Amino acid sequence: MSAGFDFSNHSRNTFLSEKGLKVPKATSTGTTIVGCLFKDGIVLGADTRATEGPIVADKNCEKIHFISDSIRCCGAGTAADTEFITALISSNIELHALSTGRKPRVVTAMTMLKQRLFQYQGHIGAALVLGGVDPSGAHLFTIHPHGSTDKLPYVTMGSGSLAAMAVFESSWKPDLSREDALKLVTAAVSAGIFNDLGSGSNVDACVITATETEMLRGYVKPNERTQKERTYGFRRGTTAWTAEKIRNLVVSEEITPIGGEEMDTS
Amino acid sequence: MNVDIQQLKSGEVNLGTSIMAVQFDGGVVVGADSRTTTGSYIANRVTDKLTHVHDRIYCCRSGSAADTQTIADIVHMSLQQYAQSFGEAPTVSVAANYFQTLCYTNKDNLSAGIIVGGWDKDVGPSVYNIPLGGGLFRQPWAIGGSGSTYVYGYCDATYREGWGRDETVEFVKNTLSLAMARDGSSGGVIRMAVITEDAVERLFVPGNQLPTFWEGLEVLGNSSGAKQPAVEPMAVEV
Repeated sequence: MSAGFDFSNHSRNTFLSEKGLKVPKATSTGTTIVGCLFKDGIVLGADTRATEGPIVADKNCEKIHFISDSIRCCGAGTAADTEFITALISSNIELHALSTGRKPRVVTAMTMLKQRLFQYQGHIGAALVLGGVDPSGAHLFTIHPHGSTDKLPYVTMGSGSLAAMAVFESSWKPDLSREDALKLVTAAVSAGIFNDLGSGSNVDACVITATETEMLRGYVKPNERTQKERTYGFRRGTTAWTAEKIRNLVVSEEITPIGGEEMDTS
Repeated sequence: MNVDIQQLKSGEVNLGTSIMAVQFDGGVVVGADSRTTTGSYIANRVTDKLTHVHDRIYCCRSGSAADTQTIADIVHMSLQQYAQSFGEAPTVSVAANYFQTLCYTNKDNLSAGIIVGGWDKDVGPSVYNIPLGGGLFRQPWAIGGSGSTYVYGYCDATYREGWGRDETVEFVKNTLSLAMARDGSSGGVIRMAVITEDAVERLFVPGNQLPTFWEGLEVLGNSSGAKQPAVEPMAVEV
């Protein structure tokens, strides 16, 4: 066996889908993810909805992934791909930091990610917002699935990126305070949550400065389920029946130990 | 198996671009617009498509953002390696040949149109064009990207040999403005770099200070002198 992906089933799958077989779809995080630069560092933001086509697969998933202590990465696109690529690069960054004896840099993570994504020519469906603080300062990047990158002071990605970008374009300015930046990021993600069907549920945020990284999981919860006004259960005996049979579903099994003494479990 | 590689893979980030490089007596002026698109969405409105590959060599990128960034990164590395091995700065010709090798040998998998410009001690300023198929052409001026098709005539009619720095910068600025005005995939700001023996000077023209040309009259036919009715505010239901 050689390393890497195995594409040997590709032709078969193309043939089957041409014959009308439904191809299974990967869970995609129809997402709003954002990032913005402020006076002392970076604020990242994400919604928490994961979708499988029209179905909400997870109402409270985590889209802000760990890369290193002061580098984090928001993921949009194919959930599995964003999960695994960030985990892989996080691992490689740790090894790199150990081997160089230096704090990892955001550009290093960015380069590793873009080279990996380019190698797979867009088949790894990860659209990322990478941000963090390193000895050279605060940096914020977007990385597209084909491996292209952009360095900007405020960025958005995912299906809610247009709604979120509208908020940034109207209100972002240089040298925001931590409070204002967090407020702006929340407003941008909320714009995605409320105006984009692929995004929803809560706002996760992450504030990264030179001294500390603060992960604010469930920073805003604008979609909490409220107490139902009444119960919708059916009264006992609503359905008539003709016969009643009660079976014991618990299978009882007699175990006979054969030979030897009992295992020492002390 | 039916593999159909189109111009761009679906969802790929595109530099639907206007780029150019012009040689003058003391150096080279390279310039580009700043628009990066994914379909109809502008992914970046302040992109820097002028990429440093060595001290006095820059490239202008057009086509797929991912492809051209990767190529530029590889050439950047190769030129650093070259400078270490030979103990001197690579010529623009060397850089252009690195680009060509990558673009030609991988032509089936790439969409990259690159213009290389810079200064070296062998020939002074020079400009090389590497269009889609991976050819390599030395030219006194080169334009590229989707916006370039609108301004070939302007360049042919305007360019003169023997220009100085300022005239060349004006030429680049005007050409790019015209291209950006006509091409929907180009726009934003103009970024330029003047590469001479002594330095690389980066220039920037904001989007609201671009040179303008004839942009049409308020209402077509107004030139006849006939008085046009004043524009009235639209009635709005309160």
